[in-house]
Amino acid sequence: MRIETCYSRPGLDGRGKGPADRLARSTGGPASARLADVILLDFPLPRETSVELFSDPVVQFVADAPIPTLPDLAGWDWLVEIAYRPGVTDTLALTAREAIEIAEGGPRGRPWLVQTARLYLVTAPGSAGRADLVRSAFSALWNPLIQSAVFISRYEWEAGSRLPDPYPAVSLSDDPEPALFDLAAMDDAALEALSTRRLLALNLAEMRAIKDHFSSPATLAARAARGLAPFATDVELEMIAQTWSEHCKHKIFNAEIEYSEPGEPSREIRSLFKTYIRATTEELAPSRPDLLSVFTDNAGVFKFDDQTAVCVKAETHNSPSALDPYGGAITGIVGVNRDILGTGIGAAPLFNTDVLCFAPPSMPDAEVPEGLIVPRELLAGVHRGIVDGGNQSGIPVAAGAFVFDEGYMGKPLVFCGTGGIMPMSVRGAPSWQKSVAPAMLAVMVGGRIGKDGIHGATFSSLALDESSPSSAVQIGDPIIQKRMTDFLLEARDAGLYSGITDNGAGGLSSSLCEMAESSGGVRIDLDKCPLKYPGLSPWEILVSESQERMSLAVKRESLEALLELGSRRGVEASVVGEFTDSGCVEATYRGKTVCLVGMEFLHRGLPGMRLPARWVPPAIACAPIEDRADWTEALLGVLADPDVASKETLVRQYDHEVKSISIEKPFTGLGRDAPSDGGVLKPRYDSWRGLTVTHGICPRLSSRDARAMALAAVDEAYRAHVALGGDPGRAVALDNFCWPDPVESSSNPDGAYKMAQLVRACEALREACIAYGLPLVSGKDSMKNDAFAGGRRISVAPTLLVTLVGVIDDVRKASSTDFLAAGDLIYVVGATGRLLGASVLERSLERPGGRSAPPERYLGPCPVADPRGHLPAYQAIARAMSGRALRSCHDLSDGGLAVALAESCLGGRLGARLRLDAMPRRGESLPMPYPEAAALLFAEDTGRFVVSVRSEDRERFERSMAGMALALLGETTAEPRLSATLGGRIVLDAALGDIERAYKTPLA
Amino acid sequence: MEPKALVLAGYGFNADAELAEALRLAGAAPERLHLADLAADPSLLGKARILAFPGGFSFGDHLGSGQVVALLCRRTLRPALERFVADGGLVIGVCNGFQALVRMGILPNRDGRWGREVSLIQNESGRFVDAWYPVAFEGKGRCAWTKGLSGRLLPVRHGEGRFVARDAAALDAIEAEGLVAARYSSGENPNGSERAIAGICDPSGRVFGLMPHPEAFLVRENHPSRRHPSRDDPGIDLFENGVRAARDAT
Repeated sequence: MRIETCYSRPGLDGRGKGPADRLARSTGGPASARLADVILLDFPLPRETSVELFSDPVVQFVADAPIPTLPDLAGWDWLVEIAYRPGVTDTLALTAREAIEIAEGGPRGRPWLVQTARLYLVTAPGSAGRADLVRSAFSALWNPLIQSAVFISRYEWEAGSRLPDPYPAVSLSDDPEPALFDLAAMDDAALEALSTRRLLALNLAEMRAIKDHFSSPATLAARAARGLAPFATDVELEMIAQTWSEHCKHKIFNAEIEYSEPGEPSREIRSLFKTYIRATTEELAPSRPDLLSVFTDNAGVFKFDDQTAVCVKAETHNSPSALDPYGGAITGIVGVNRDILGTGIGAAPLFNTDVLCFAPPSMPDAEVPEGLIVPRELLAGVHRGIVDGGNQSGIPVAAGAFVFDEGYMGKPLVFCGTGGIMPMSVRGAPSWQKSVAPAMLAVMVGGRIGKDGIHGATFSSLALDESSPSSAVQIGDPIIQKRMTDFLLEARDAGLYSGITDNGAGGLSSSLCEMAESSGGVRIDLDKCPLKYPGLSPWEILVSESQERMSLAVKRESLEALLELGSRRGVEASVVGEFTDSGCVEATYRGKTVCLVGMEFLHRGLPGMRLPARWVPPAIACAPIEDRADWTEALLGVLADPDVASKETLVRQYDHEVKSISIEKPFTGLGRDAPSDGGVLKPRYDSWRGLTVTHGICPRLSSRDARAMALAAVDEAYRAHVALGGDPGRAVALDNFCWPDPVESSSNPDGAYKMAQLVRACEALREACIAYGLPLVSGKDSMKNDAFAGGRRISVAPTLLVTLVGVIDDVRKASSTDFLAAGDLIYVVGATGRLLGASVLERSLERPGGRSAPPERYLGPCPVADPRGHLPAYQAIARAMSGRALRSCHDLSDGGLAVALAESCLGGRLGARLRLDAMPRRGESLPMPYPEAAALLFAEDTGRFVVSVRSEDRERFERSMAGMALALLGETTAEPRLSATLGGRIVLDAALGDIERAYKTPLA
Repeated sequence: MEPKALVLAGYGFNADAELAEALRLAGAAPERLHLADLAADPSLLGKARILAFPGGFSFGDHLGSGQVVALLCRRTLRPALERFVADGGLVIGVCNGFQALVRMGILPNRDGRWGREVSLIQNESGRFVDAWYPVAFEGKGRCAWTKGLSGRLLPVRHGEGRFVARDAAALDAIEAEGLVAARYSSGENPNGSERAIAGICDPSGRVFGLMPHPEAFLVRENHPSRRHPSRDDPGIDLFENGVRAARDAT
């Protein structure tokens, strides 16, 4: 039966407005849409129960006849109904089932079906016979990968067409018997074909290694002893492919690299990871006793105070978000939450971070190749996923960013980070450690296994094209996961399990094999894994990435209590195997062994790669800038660039205050609308100690040199930490690399250049982190951010995101960006080299909207950060701040000095009067053909701040900054104007109202 | 003796920790309790003086905000809850908790039979919003929780907070009987609520729900303009009112 619920007054339900507006535009006539929420059941439910369960009688009614026939809703021209495809998790249906169970309304003694759909009754006189217009009006509400849509015109309805009741359920005819592969008989071509056909994403060398392993006498003997055929099963191949995927094994970061650059002898790098990342942390570790666990677990863990540890991790979910923006993003966020839940013995998620990179929304649709989602819609879908994922989990967004560049048109970058908190000790043991020992049971907790998310790990290691698998999309549900999280933290504190890790990429195959490294082996019983529906092949059960699942190691004596608590909390827990010390991963299915692979081969049998890296400094144009008397218009243009303009409309849809731990929020100041430099949190109600959360991301600079890009990213994150009042010696960093494919091949001829960019970025990361004392506690890389569309390759700019989490001793001393009172003195700290290359000005002078300047209009080289040179000023600022000699502090980043001043003025609803003549400069004369005023106002040198100081604190402040590059530029004014002179001439004079409009309008 | 406050948790509630902290700062002895445990043993309510429904997304709000919690409470807790309120117990629901109380019918409950009169529906903007808005408390109302409180900025964090009544007569009666406890003020209205209503109480004045989050303003440093002078007080005094009323009723 269909239960159809509708709002009694159309004005109460805004959900039909979007498609109606689009239809009105395309038909040129009026259009409206009423909406009905539909529940489909395969049993009768009494009407009064339907009303109680599925409607709000104050504002809604449950239709007593098919809703398209109701006189109240007569006059529609089209019915459009959208439902999930079979097998896609429909969380609304799961909740409806639970409500029916609470009301004891379901049939007894047989399984029953609940489905949901959303029905639109569309009235648009101009749409008769124009199914194409109706379809396109609904395109944003309907992702064909995961949803079906039914369109019925008035004419078709009258001819007898009806809406589905019920929708088809999953029906699988796959033969679930494992397939066998005689690898020994395969030549190279057959091996490569096998890898391609099964989406294994393994190269020939890797396939050969697997063939050699399965042909070796030791393997053959071991298999014969167990009565197994000498052939590899699909279960084994798929498991190895998941474990060896770029996503899981970071093959590029562990490759041997031969790096060359003109005029230098070529050199060899054995593993970027070991050389630049792990070595950095190892070098800093002796001076950082607060580091508790790095590189060994899901997330890095450090000590926050004597009772509390904090862990942090950031991930990307780029490829899934390119296919299904909403589902990809929501899954990204709940996925990284699970990483935290699986850290140590289990941490509670404390905050999220979201850094999202897209092509500018101003890109005309006509310039977006067929097959790609237009940037505007990608942004809307990803944003909605982040909103739902974070808000519904009850985890506040502490900090984030939106970054725009045309290179993100093929794949957006969706960085999701989470910080977690746990007591230093849980039941007397260090919380950051877990134990997995032989004879412990392997228990899977949370959702069931379906076909969703098959091949996620191998798929993200490939470029996107038309054949990308739709089953690679999985949709996370924050509510199921929130309930599982609450349950697991309760179980943790009751000591009901010993080890925990998340099921993410690679599913059970990854989580259990990873845990088995501690015990020395695992035996998995695939028949005991709870499935959403029958018909999955054994290999699918093992590698499915169905969401909301964690794996536990449980002592036998704790099992009963764990299962009992799970049933009280409505969370399913199932024993799916046992940890062993056999040295093997074994899996059985229907009583037969279908997988027997040695742990040694699985985890260390992967052949290394050897990759070339060739750096050739690019030739950079240096277009002149015409001088102008007044740079006010230029400032308004820079403020309107999407990297600079206010994201308040987007960010205010994130809950950033749940848990009541937020101190410095995304927007600050009197009007609560000026951007802050990052987040400050107060994680404990009983302590004033806080955390800072900041980011650095500067992809524009990669067009000049990825080394400058990476230096600037570290500097930006660390500078913001200092600006907020963080302790300069107590921060940790995360590195997330998102790169275009750096493996040279015939289809990727400049791969060696991109690899050289990666090498230079890694060197820079190490240089900056050593200078600032920033251990890298966790990181991730995503190396295939390319799409093939419209006959060309679209690649992201090489992008390093640096996420910093630091400690601030007392949040009451945390600073902010807003000017506080008229008459305060304004200083700039740090010098400018007056280079404008890769600045926001460079692209905003060319055209508005955030699109890159064409290379022939580049403004020359970009500034290069000097961490060792910047550090003394940072330490001096921190000292001045702890002595409360500063009123406000804002770091200079996108848009340079002029933008920072505009934002600080906006925050205080104040003006500023400045003379630029004394600004600290590096170098004698202007290095490039720019007007001096442009360089002083808009250069984006790192290492700089705008600060305000009470006039009576002048001496104290200047003394504390002795020896630093520093200039007193002027003072804050009650008159709301930002004005500046250079050489006695006014070069900037902007009314605060104009600043506010330019800054707030573009992305509102 | 500190009155015991039960703060519900589980099923997707997520603002329970700060609600417990606000009650603790106000002088209560809070205890977080999974709603499943209370539903299984409603007698647990007997030992408490305050019952608090926190914010969150209970059951994902999939069938309507607060809908399934309301169903669960009606089916398992109704007699115990009615006895609790009749005996002088205090109830507060914030945000999703308010939505659940309204869907239960225990607010505004003018008929004494949990008849449904009002609802909280999708914001007029169609969007979730997290921002601080000016809120004024009704001086002459019946609400025990908001008596004598000064107006202030409070954080609003919801997508479905638009207060609507069944009809104009119900709205007038709610006003006339002094059941409106809080309104958005200074001409602002984040969600299009009728008569800018942000919170209401029942005729006893002891059952109270509101959309803004006083428990998210625990200390002055939570204020978004924290470094500018301000007359906005943290939300603890609202909970102090509740704790006082709970004490007075025993």
